[in-house]
Amino acid sequence: MKILVIAEHDNTSLKGSTNSTIAAAKEIGSDITLLVAGQSCSEVANEGSNLDGVSEVMLVEDSIYENFLAEDLAKLVQSVADNFQYILAPATTFGKNFLPRVSALLDVQQISEITEVVSSDTFKRPIYAGSCIATVKSLEDKKVISVRSTAFDGVSAGSNNAPINNISPSESSNISSFVSEELAQSDRPELTAAEIVISGGRGMQSGDNFHLLDSIADKLGAAVGASRAAVDAGFVPNDYQVGQTGKIVAPDLYIAVGISGAIQHLAGMKDSKVIVAINKDEDAPIFQVADYGLVTDLFDALPELDSKL
Amino acid sequence: MKILVPIKRVVDYNVKVRPMSDQSNVDLNNVKMSVNPFCEIAIEEAVRLKESGSAAEVIAITVGKQDSQEQLRTALALGADRAILVESEDLVEPLVIAKALAKVCSDENPDLIIMGKQAIDGDNNQTGQMLAALMGYSQATNASEVKLSSDSADVTREIDGGLQTIKITLPAIVTTDLRLNEPRYASLPNIMKAKKKELNVISLNDMGFDTSSRTELLSVELPAERDAGVIVESVDDLIDKLKNEAKVIS
Repeated sequence: MKILVIAEHDNTSLKGSTNSTIAAAKEIGSDITLLVAGQSCSEVANEGSNLDGVSEVMLVEDSIYENFLAEDLAKLVQSVADNFQYILAPATTFGKNFLPRVSALLDVQQISEITEVVSSDTFKRPIYAGSCIATVKSLEDKKVISVRSTAFDGVSAGSNNAPINNISPSESSNISSFVSEELAQSDRPELTAAEIVISGGRGMQSGDNFHLLDSIADKLGAAVGASRAAVDAGFVPNDYQVGQTGKIVAPDLYIAVGISGAIQHLAGMKDSKVIVAINKDEDAPIFQVADYGLVTDLFDALPELDSKL
Repeated sequence: MKILVPIKRVVDYNVKVRPMSDQSNVDLNNVKMSVNPFCEIAIEEAVRLKESGSAAEVIAITVGKQDSQEQLRTALALGADRAILVESEDLVEPLVIAKALAKVCSDENPDLIIMGKQAIDGDNNQTGQMLAALMGYSQATNASEVKLSSDSADVTREIDGGLQTIKITLPAIVTTDLRLNEPRYASLPNIMKAKKKELNVISLNDMGFDTSSRTELLSVELPAERDAGVIVESVDDLIDKLKNEAKVIS
């Protein structure tokens, strides 16, 4: 069974979601090819060739792939799809954008955002915002699958040195073009990749108060997140949002500060290994999922935590 | 300019969905059904483009059972001009929905298709991209802003880590994210008017392609519950537990 994994990267280095997708692929079979498409991204291919489980890296460097536009990326994947029984990509905004396009070009019904490989044709995936887990069997000969990266522990780099083969770009469809990008600038790890996340909710009371979290985050090497309530109140920008409609995170440690624990938020963080809740309302639902709860005023607890770490 | 807005009838977002006792599917008996929230945003965006003079006609469409007419009437009350139901006896998969929409696109020739990025039932996030592929159209998923001109659109997309703006050539497909707009409520006079608007029903079976399922749902269960932990007494206690018991900080 030949498996193709499409790498997510920024032309400089691989994203952790790629490692997780390879981990899911390893549960399906052992012949795994990593496709690295981008512009001036040979370093990314080198990185991929060292990853545990990768048998081959296909590299294509062309300006049309620089910004990973769905139209051209989908055409490229279609052009190599004949050789593979499985096509996998991470269920991030990168993968979600082009993978269904590939699926339709191949006339395959995709299986989205799997969280578990049950067998080579059967997978578990959350539905209804994670309220239920469906077990789904694919009847397709060729399977197109997106992978929720937080559900699989990413493979690591080892002594592997898989061959890197250059392939040709497909012709550009020339119906879309990149204009600009505005990425949040931060020295901290990205929310979805961080090992520790500290998030604030409506209880933070203002955007200024988030500096209380920033200082602790810097000490712990953590990313800072927020609940939808805090985002809607304008305390912090959209890209801080953890939850069903924001980012899904599963760090080793998640610290929820002044967050009540709406289902919306829990859907985005309940797979974290250890959850800490700090809230002055002892009845807040967040305490029902927290491993450690601290019932106190966050404006007392945060400075103390900061000084003692 | 003609805008097509595909929508979906789904369980209302306030309903807490549970598996059936035999775990064969989710239990949808006697639950409230609504227009998928992301589709409401799509309708709103299309109607605003019409109100600003950028679009001449807004057509709402759905692929579903007969009862989906209710959601099409809602779309008409919100400002769509006419509606199309592609009626199927069963609920069908995203690829089949995309194929049915592609058939209608070939007849209607819309300049722009605006639809939700995903439905909150299956959470597949596939149909828009699939339709774009089948039609050979450009696409902009997860839109938070759409600036339309006569033959193209600049769309700002919500991506992991920030925002990306791309230019797409029309005809094109835009899928909506949560912050594109805040949908209006339908007024009573508009609900009454919507009853008289044109709603055409065509049969999925008459479209002439295979609509059978390519996946099989084996079971639906509740996710594993997380056990509640302990309440710690102080910040010192918390730091001690995190260092020595959970070993997640050093």
